Parts: sequence; C-alpha cells; structure tokens
Amino acid sequence: MAEHTATAAGTAPAPPPAAPPGEAATTSRRRPDGEWFRRNGVYLGLVALVLVNLAITPNFASTGSLRLQMVQVAPIIVVSLGMAMVIGTGGIDLSVGAVMAMTAAVIPLYIGYGTLGAIAVGLIAGVLSGALAGSVVARIGVQPIIATLAIMVGLRGLANIVGGQIKSIRDPGFRELGSGDLFGVPWVVLVAIVVAVLVWVLMSRTTFGRQLMAIGGNARASQLAGLPVKRVLTTVYVLSGLLAALAGVLLVGRNQASDPATLGRLVELTAITAVVVGGTPLTGGQVRVLGTVAGALLMQLITYTLVAQDITNSVAQMVQAVIVVLAVYAQVGTRKRRRSRA
Amino acid sequence: MSHPLTTTPGRPPGRPHDGPLLTVSGVTKSFAGVHALRGVDFTLEPGSVHALVGENGAGKSTFIKVLTGVHAADAGEVRFLGDPVAFSRPADAQDAGISTIYQEINLVPLLTVAQNIYLGREPRRFGLVDTRALNRQAAELVQRLGIEVDVRAELGSLGLGVQQMVALARAVSIDARVVIMDEPTSSLEVREVETLFGVARTLAASGVGLVFVSHRLDELWALCDTVTVLRDGRAVHTGPMADLERVKLVALMLGREVSDVRAEGTTDFGASHAQGDAPLLSVSGVDVPNRLRGVGLTARPGEVVGLGGLLGSGRSETLKAIYGDLTTTAADVEVGGTKVKAGSVSRSLRAGIALLSEDRKAEGIVPDMSVRDNIALAVLPKMARGGMVSDARIDALVDTFMRRLQIKASSPRQKVRELSGGNQQKVLIARWLATEPRVFLLDEPTRGIDVGAKREVQGLIDELADQGLAVVLVSSEMDELVEGSDRVVVLHDGAVSGELDGDRLTSAELLRVLAGGIPDEHPTGPPPGPGTGANAVGTHPTTPGGDHRG
Repeated sequence: MAEHTATAAGTAPAPPPAAPPGEAATTSRRRPDGEWFRRNGVYLGLVALVLVNLAITPNFASTGSLRLQMVQVAPIIVVSLGMAMVIGTGGIDLSVGAVMAMTAAVIPLYIGYGTLGAIAVGLIAGVLSGALAGSVVARIGVQPIIATLAIMVGLRGLANIVGGQIKSIRDPGFRELGSGDLFGVPWVVLVAIVVAVLVWVLMSRTTFGRQLMAIGGNARASQLAGLPVKRVLTTVYVLSGLLAALAGVLLVGRNQASDPATLGRLVELTAITAVVVGGTPLTGGQVRVLGTVAGALLMQLITYTLVAQDITNSVAQMVQAVIVVLAVYAQVGTRKRRRSRA
Repeated sequence: MSHPLTTTPGRPPGRPHDGPLLTVSGVTKSFAGVHALRGVDFTLEPGSVHALVGENGAGKSTFIKVLTGVHAADAGEVRFLGDPVAFSRPADAQDAGISTIYQEINLVPLLTVAQNIYLGREPRRFGLVDTRALNRQAAELVQRLGIEVDVRAELGSLGLGVQQMVALARAVSIDARVVIMDEPTSSLEVREVETLFGVARTLAASGVGLVFVSHRLDELWALCDTVTVLRDGRAVHTGPMADLERVKLVALMLGREVSDVRAEGTTDFGASHAQGDAPLLSVSGVDVPNRLRGVGLTARPGEVVGLGGLLGSGRSETLKAIYGDLTTTAADVEVGGTKVKAGSVSRSLRAGIALLSEDRKAEGIVPDMSVRDNIALAVLPKMARGGMVSDARIDALVDTFMRRLQIKASSPRQKVRELSGGNQQKVLIARWLATEPRVFLLDEPTRGIDVGAKREVQGLIDELADQGLAVVLVSSEMDELVEGSDRVVVLHDGAVSGELDGDRLTSAELLRVLAGGIPDEHPTGPPPGPGTGANAVGTHPTTPGGDHRG
C-alpha cells in the first residue's frame, strides 16, 4: 500500500489529493497513468486522426469517402469482436482468417440453396471450426496459440481444396448485401453495428460475459467457484468462429467473388491489433468492446490517411507496427508498475 | 562453528567489526503526506535474531525497504557496521552485505539448487560455467547449513520449505552480515520451519545478524532473542524476547490494554458451540493415489472440526477431495444424509459444500475484477434471469456481505487486488457464504492476514458454527486449531492417525500426536542455544508434484 502511494508521489509531485490518509486504494483513479492511457488512448488517437484528416485530406468528410471507409472496416470489426472475446479469456484465435476463407469456399457450392441457405452453410463452417478449436483448448488443454495455429494452416488448405479457383458470385442477394443499403447505411455496416451491440450486451449484461472475464482473470479460481469453465471456453471459440464466418460472408458480398486462397489472409493479425490497440489486455480478464471497434477504425484510418497522402501501403504497415508496439508497451508498463506496488 | 559460512572466493568472511551491525536512529518516511515511519530507532547486534512485529500497516515493510535501499528515508540515519549508509537500490544493500529473503521465493524454478545459489556469480573456467565447481561449492554450503538437498535437483521440483532454505543459502553465499527474513515461514510446515530455524541459528552463531518478520507469534519465541514492536510507524517496544509475555505482545501490536486481551484470549474464538446430534457432513473411505488412504471424518451442525497434520499429511487434499476438486479412486461424501457424487465441484456446491482454499491469490481472487464481481462470482446464475444478470440483486447481496463482514473497500467497484490480505480473505468468505453453504471447508483461513483481520475471521468462524454450519478447519497455527475447533482429527501420511476432543484437546497433546512419538518440543519454549542448529531436522526433497502442502 505504502509503495503504491509512493509511485503516485514519484510521478506526480503535485500536492497530495484529498484522499483519506492510509487509503491508497483510490490512487488508480487519480491520475492519467499507463492504465488510463491503455483504456482511452485509442479514442484519443481516433479523434486526433479524424481532426488531422479534416484539415489535410481533401474530401475526407464526403459521404462517398466515409461510406468506403466504413464498408472496408466493417468485416474487420466483426472478426475483431470475436477475437476480443477469445483474448478476454487469455487465449488467442489465429484461425479466423482461414475460417473466412473456408466460408468463402463453401458459399459458391451451396449458392443453389439461395442466398440465405449459402450464408447458413458458411456460418455453420465457422461454428464447426470454432467448436473444434474450443474443444481442443478447453477439454484437451492444448495452448490456444498452438490449437488455432494448426487450424489456421489446415483449414486454409482445406478451403483451397474445397473452393479451388477464384469464383465470381452472381447472386442478387449477395450483391445487395455487399453494395446495398438501408436508409443510406450499407448493410455491411449495419451488420457490424448489430454485432457490436450484441457482443457488448453479451459481455456486460450476461452471466456468460462475467464468467468469461472471471475465467480470463483467474481460471483456477473460477473453476473452484463452480463456473462451467470448459463450456464457456468452448463457446467463446465457437462465437469467434461464427463471427469470422460472418465477416467472410460480408467480404464475399462486397467482392462479388470468392477466392479461398487470398480471402482473410493476415486478418487474424489485423484483428489482434485492433483488440490490443483498443485496450483489451492480452493477459485476459477484460473485454473492451467499444475499444475494439475504435481500434479497428483507428488502424483503418491510419492506412487511409497515409495512402491519401500518397504514402505506400508498405509504409502504412510499418506505421501500424509502431502503433501496436506503443499499445503493448502501455499494457506492459501498467503491469510492471502494478507488480512493483505489490 | 569453525567453518566460515561464506564462500565467495577472494572475500574474507566479513570484516571484523565491534558493536552493532545496524544502528537505525529516528528514521521517518512518509508517502504523499501519510506517515509510514515516525522516528524509528532500531539496533541489530551480531549473532542476534531480532523479531520485527506489528500489524499490517504498522510500517514493517516500509522499514525493511528503507534498510534495503528500496526507499530512501525522509529523515534519520542508518548506520551499517558503524558507517552511515544510504543505499539507492536493493543490489547496493546486497553488495554491502544486507540480504533479504521474502515470503514469496525469488528464485528460478527451472534451474538447479546450485545454479540458483550462485546465480550471476557462477564459478568459471575457460570463460564457461564450471558446473562441477558450482555443484561442489553449493553442496559444501548446504551441508554446512544443515540442509539436506541434492544441489543438482531442479528447484521447482522441491517443496516450498526447501526452496526457502535455498534462498537462505543464497543469501549466506553472498557474504551477508545482515539477513532480513520477511515472513519466510508463512508457507512452510512445522517441520520445515524447524529446519529453517536451525539454519538461521547456525547463521546467527557465526555472527550474522538476522531480522525476522512473522505473523506466526509462536515462532518469535522459538527463534528470536530480541523483539521490536512497530505500531503506526513507531517502535513502541524493544526488549528481550523471552521477557515479553504473549498477551503483552498482542496488546502492544494492537495498542490495547493487556487486561482486554487476556479476557478475550489471544485468538478470537469463543467457547464450544451448540451441536446437533446427527452428522451434517459425513466422509469416509477417501482414496487418492499417493495422497490419501481411506480418510474419513464427520462434522455435526454447529461443530468446528479441526484437521491437523504435518507437511504432506493430506489436509488440503482431504478438503479438495470432499469438495470434488481432486480425482478420487474412492470416496463417500454425504451432506445431510444425501450422497454427493464425487469429482464435481459444481455438484458439491449445489449440495451445500464450500471450500475456502489456502492459496488466496492463485485459487481465490480474480485480482482485476471488482469486490462486487468477486463476491457474486459463484452465484452469478442465481443472480440472473434468462442469462441476463440483475445488477440490483447483485448489489443487494454484495451490500449485505460487505456490511456483515465489514469489508473495507473504497466502494464495491474497487478492484480486489487493491485490498489488504485480510479484506481479500473476507471477500472470498463472502463469495462462499453467498452460496448458502451447509458445510464450510476452511483451508488456512487466517494465513498471511494481519492480527486484527485474523481475529475478525476467527470470530466469524464461531458465528457461522453457531448458525448451524458444519465447519472443517485446517490451520498450521496450533492455537487456532486448538482454540477454534471442538474436535481435531489428525492426519499422518494420508490417513487419519488420531482424534482429540474435550480435555485432551490441548496444544501439548496435539503436538505429541503430530510429532508421532518424537519427544515434544514446545514451540513457545526458550530459544535453544546456538549449537542446536546442527541437529535441525533435515527436510527431504519431495518428489515432483508431491509438494502440495498438507
């Protein structure tokens, strides 16, 4: 306790706040420290980047430009929200890109059953993949990174075999999903918004969400408290697979084509980036839904800003790398300080 | 002791020095306006084992941190070997000859004992680590200290007690003149503690000064010759250990009158409880391979049954088996006459069994969650309708328990990791009480919490029993077990070896049963002379995975 206060005195030589003596408990809320930055840095970054673009990028605020940004980022948001839940349990899901490819591979095969039928089959593929990952992680106890790495590699191969060459999809339903809108809001964006709201409710209002975060915070304690640890873990990976498949569906609609070889490639890394930048700790125990959405938007906007300034995508990637390092640094820094207080 | 205890090549075993090793005068330290230390005076003589006691928040940790260079004092002076010193970091203090051993062992589990002892100071040959010399030096060192351990064994495969002694050996090998032991025994068993004390005495006999911090009061008289009591940042008493009565010490720590404490006893347990006739919990024939052999016990409503035993006797395992957390090959557990199917925590919980586990950090709290969410953790489904949690219901529940157990937190939303150990323990007790248990299994409920919280928890155990719960209590503290229990079942080597109740339930009797024929050695007796260290009971390395505490 005493040292906790000492850190406060060391970093902020301002007069001591009017907390009761000896109660170091409220310290973490007193000052904008690493923890505060980890939680809110993404919003700051987003606002700053919007302001910069308003100033320097012509036509940034035009409807067409905004629409394009939103449509591009929507599938990323959907995948990232699934990833955020997995990371909230202290795990990771590297298979999401492969799941998207698998979904894209099966859609042309089942397009004869109609748009909804093909979508349903695509989503089922994601659920099955998630169930496999979840079972291997929860019941056999394989480390998430290994289990989902295996699925990432294997499923991409399977998707190539099943789907084969790039196929264009001439289905009015998919065309509407990809380029249509409702009251001016693209369907793709609407789907992402609905998913975000549902995940937010799931995380903050339900037993499942609380249990998920408890398991991420201390799995052993959760097990001893009688929580259905295996069931929750399995469900989380199923949800991640489902959302990845949904993102695959959105992308197929937008591209009007299915290309299992390239679709969703490296998306897992983009999603992890969005989650981490959004302030969800990689160690688990928390899921920041709004932060994840903002994280995806921020990464999208960084690329857009640089490309709009005629800076190549390769440089944009390097800038993204810097952002990731900063976000992780904020997390590690917070944890170190916390440890030194203990 | 003819051997020098230090083995750092090329360094003499300590500069000769007359007078105190450490002289601290008027040390003051405050954090953000809050005084942690107010003019503390302290003197450590060579060959002395000096107890430093006080409640949590009394300033012990801050004081140690000032000595070891973690904090700089605001005012006052620290003299080491006669010279004023102001270490700016712990490594400087260590180089000068002040070593610190912490409650949580700061060693590398995957390295061997020898590698840990000489970590960073390995003997070299042709620029590479000379493993043979390393092992030889380490073996010599542990032998001189009377520690029975294979120095080539991986540290993580050894029991906690042995690990703690390796930490001590490391401290010694650094040529320490002063060794500060900050609650080194809190995770050790009786027998391990004896061995550790043997090593400590050997050290003291060679002229090293030791500062010893412990929550276990018995140990102070067993080991220390001098005591300093801190309260609210002041040294309120310094004097010979043997002259200080136990009640007087507690009174000094709490700042109460001796008469008050005497009236209440040193633990906060009341008389025995009203008990029903039929057992509420009935356990028999619990078998766990290599751990438990046919363990059985019963507890009636309103009865506190103590579970005694030494390291590896199977106390924690028994509780975990009853709770369904341990895979058993055979087990018969009944609550209120209804059989509980073994091997499922959630079934046991539904049957009304709750387990407060020993390891608060690893198996109890979810550190980054709020007090509120920690309390509600086990009853979330009950607090929900259709999977949606009802915050109003949770708040009502949490409010009830925070008041009933007097949990001190700035708000129910405060993160649990920010609370003191005692309050964390109360949060966990609240978590289990929220499940409305009929049988409450308590594994070391007062370990590592300050005296005030300890008494509150002890009082609460009584209260729960009075309300008709059947309580099974595991405690390494003799007083707690004897005064807190109506009956004590003693385990030895995974089987029940005896039972004490009524007039036979005394510390002396319990010790005799625990010792199992070894002539009794009362822990509150006078400290044995320095020579006895060599006779310390050796602690044998346990097999991998077998280091679960009894």
